[in-house]
Amino acid sequence: MQKAVETEAETELIQRFLAGEREVFHDLIRPYERMYYRQAYSILRNQEDAEEAVQQAMIGIFTHLSQLTERDKFKQWGLRIVQNKAKMIWKRRRQNLYESIDEGSSDGSGEMTSYPKQYADWRELPSEAAEKREVREAVRMAIAELPEIYREVFMLRDVQQLNLAETIEVLGLNESVVKTRLHRARIMLRESLSPIFAKPERSVWERWKGMNPWFAARR
Amino acid sequence: MVRCKTIIAHLSEYMDGDTSVEMRQKIERHLRGCQRCNAVYDSTRKMLVITGDELVFEVPDGFGDRLHSFVDSMLASSESH
Ligand SMILES: [Zn+2]
Repeated sequence: MQKAVETEAETELIQRFLAGEREVFHDLIRPYERMYYRQAYSILRNQEDAEEAVQQAMIGIFTHLSQLTERDKFKQWGLRIVQNKAKMIWKRRRQNLYESIDEGSSDGSGEMTSYPKQYADWRELPSEAAEKREVREAVRMAIAELPEIYREVFMLRDVQQLNLAETIEVLGLNESVVKTRLHRARIMLRESLSPIFAKPERSVWERWKGMNPWFAARR
Repeated sequence: MVRCKTIIAHLSEYMDGDTSVEMRQKIERHLRGCQRCNAVYDSTRKMLVITGDELVFEVPDGFGDRLHSFVDSMLASSESH
C-alpha cells in the first residue's frame, strides 16, 4: 500500500517536472541518490569517479525524462542510467590504464556446479558484523572481486534490496539469467567470505590480508 | 533422499521463497538431516543480512549536498539556454 502511494506521488512529480516545474527534480531523485552512489561505487570502486558517474546520470535523467513511458518505473530507469554511466567511465579508465592488457574472460562460470568447499559454521553475528569496519571492507572487496555479470545482479538484489522484477528491469535481462547469476553470485561470495567468518582465532582483517592476493596488488 | 548438489542448486530460489511447495519441503527435510548443507544455508543467510546492511557501502559525507548543488547548476544552465 505504502509503495503505491509513493509511486503515485512520484508520477505526480514527474508530471510537474515535465510541465516546467524544473526544481522538483531535487525531490524526484532524493529517495534514490544513495542507491545511485552505491551502484556507481560498486562499479568504479572510488569515490570521485562514483560521484562523477552519478552527476552525469543526473544530466541523462534530466534530459531524457520526457521519454520515460512507464512513469511508475522511475526507480529502475534511473538506476539503469547510473549503471550505464558508471560502466562508461570504467571502460574509459581501463582503456587509459591498461591499453595493452588483454582483459581475459574469466566469468567464473566454469566450476560453478560443484559443491561448495567451505562449510564451516559462521560464528559472526550478522547484526553486529556490519558495524565493524574491517568486516565492511572485506565484504566490499569480496563483492568487487566477483565477475561483473554476477556483481551487478548481486548489488541490485542483495545490497540495494531491489526485488527480482526491478532487478530484471534495471539490467534488461531475462528472468532465468538473473536468477542463475544471482544464485552463482551468492554461492561464490559465500565461498570467498567463509574463511573470514568461519574461524574466530585471528582478526578478520589479518586473515583477509593473508589470503587475498588482490590486497597485495592493490594501489 | 535428495542429493546435496540438488539442494545447493535450489538454495537461492528457496531463500527467495521461489520454489514449488514440493521442492521446499524436500529442501527443509534435507536441511534438518544434513549438517553440511545446513551450514551452507545458514552462512548464506547470515551473509545476506550483512550485505543488505546500509553500512557496508557507506555514502561519503556531503555527497547529497554536492549532488544537489550540481543539480542546481544543471537546472540553472538549462534555464539560460
Ligand atoms: Zn546435504
